[in-house]
Amino acid sequence: MGLTAADVARLGALARIQLSEQECAELAPELDVILESIRRVSEVATPEVPMATHAITMTNVFRDDVVQPSMTAEQALSGAPDNEDGRFRVPQILGEE
Amino acid sequence: MDELIRLSAAELGRRMAAGELTSEELTRACLARIEALNPTLNAFLHVDAEGALAAARAVDARRAAGDELGPLAGVPIGVKDNYCTTDMPTTCGSRMLQGWIPPYDATVVKRLREAGLVIVGKTNMDEFAMGSSTETSFYGPTRNPWDTDRIPGGSGGGSAAAVASFMVPLAVGSDTGGSIRQPGAVTGTVGVKPTYGGVSRYGLVAMASSLDQPGPCTRSTEDAALLQAVIGGYDAHDSASLNMPVPDLIAAAQAADLTGVRIGVVTEFQGEGYERGVLERFAEAVELLRAAGAEIFEVSCPAFTYALPAYYLIQPAELSSNLARFDGMRYGLRAGDDGTHSAEQVMNLSREEGFGREAKRRIIIGTYALSAGYYDAYYGSAQKVRTLIQADFTKAFETVDVLISPTTPTVAFRIGERMSDPMSMYLADLCTIPSNMAGNASASFPCGLSDGLPVGLQVMAPPMADERLYRVGGVLERALESAWGHPLLDVLPTIDTQAVTA
Repeated sequence: MGLTAADVARLGALARIQLSEQECAELAPELDVILESIRRVSEVATPEVPMATHAITMTNVFRDDVVQPSMTAEQALSGAPDNEDGRFRVPQILGEE
Repeated sequence: MDELIRLSAAELGRRMAAGELTSEELTRACLARIEALNPTLNAFLHVDAEGALAAARAVDARRAAGDELGPLAGVPIGVKDNYCTTDMPTTCGSRMLQGWIPPYDATVVKRLREAGLVIVGKTNMDEFAMGSSTETSFYGPTRNPWDTDRIPGGSGGGSAAAVASFMVPLAVGSDTGGSIRQPGAVTGTVGVKPTYGGVSRYGLVAMASSLDQPGPCTRSTEDAALLQAVIGGYDAHDSASLNMPVPDLIAAAQAADLTGVRIGVVTEFQGEGYERGVLERFAEAVELLRAAGAEIFEVSCPAFTYALPAYYLIQPAELSSNLARFDGMRYGLRAGDDGTHSAEQVMNLSREEGFGREAKRRIIIGTYALSAGYYDAYYGSAQKVRTLIQADFTKAFETVDVLISPTTPTVAFRIGERMSDPMSMYLADLCTIPSNMAGNASASFPCGLSDGLPVGLQVMAPPMADERLYRVGGVLERALESAWGHPLLDVLPTIDTQAVTA
């Protein structure tokens, strides 16, 4: 079972990427690589194998909750596409519905 | 002047310390070389000549004032364009971040500046470090100095090409599935992926967080050791940073022989699919290591064959999550903000316009792998493969000190050759991925030429045993250079600047 162009369009919507019909059609067969990966991986990823995440197990990486100097508002806004009154200005968030 | 740019970073540092050379002279020589070659190779995306000269003069002034400076003070360096730099743009090779200047320096960059290294510019890379050829950069591919029709590896092809072509003696890269070692192998340079957590990721734009690892790209083993000593060590800004003593890498790089060192040749990484020339150079290197005192064993690591498919579940999953931050709201490209689109529509349009094809492909794969109901079956299963790979490494390191393999199955392929076939492109990282999956230390060292193109030998060591890489690499390098009568890069062909119109 392969992924269809409609599946890709749905994934595009979930990932917040506007994809053209042509992109969806082209990407669909290429994504079969993941289905093949899943098939290979499931050969050995049996229930008794635990999951790993790190080479060296670390138990506690917390620090004391102490106020420290941070970026200024000006620095934080320095790369923003748009800003106003010391805040990020974004397009309207609430739709008309 | 030509002679100057060919010297190692260690030697340049010694000459500056002895007062025989200034950082400004050296920086000018590098900038001249970059000016001559970069239009052809496209190794640098941004060069800050004025800033570099100012930094060089500042180091010269500190030295004149009698300040105690480190061994690499005054040496020019290139920084991969996914490190945050406050004085130069950080684009990650993407249109999404075109012209973006970060408000802070990455820890690696901060440490380079503190040690007096001179950052001359930002090097080209595959978009957001996804790729094995530097062809997915929005700013055009980098070319391999050994043959400008070929790829320089990826994603750190810009760093590797800059070092191999004598533009700069040193560069830093980031290695998620082999992005320092594979470019090192195909350009005849040394590429090191330190133990995961050994060099801070703070300020390195994240791609796949559990795999990304900063490291050195150099022309010699000693230079790599000196550079890792500068950038490595604990950093409170990175929650995965290892708070442990760093071994003496420089002494290891200078070790005289391999007496008593047990080396395992990975059975799975040879044979079918590997070019004959790659296997021949590898076999010759193994004999040199044996002659230097090492004991050689065959070691089987069966789970390594599952590393590639598991990687292509984990890496897109983490990448799709990390790249979600590029939504056109707080930084980066914003498209469609004309008053007629909602924030959500602007996000969709910005990401469509800002990301290239490979980024979109992997974000879609990652979104699929992380979909509700699939998470355990996909991402979770791939994490189990990590356990199996770690177990193979652990078992192997009970009997041997390091494992070795070819770094890549083939030499540099031609530009465009694998772009339409993702699986063939992904195979370039076949041998390097297990170390990222397990988090252990590994490195690629040049071991000769096949049909005039460089071949790399990979050394893999247990976590926090990075010094073993340097010991084996240093001895191999001296044995090979003694056999050839010169360093490998001495036979780099003259780069034809007329051959390519960038």
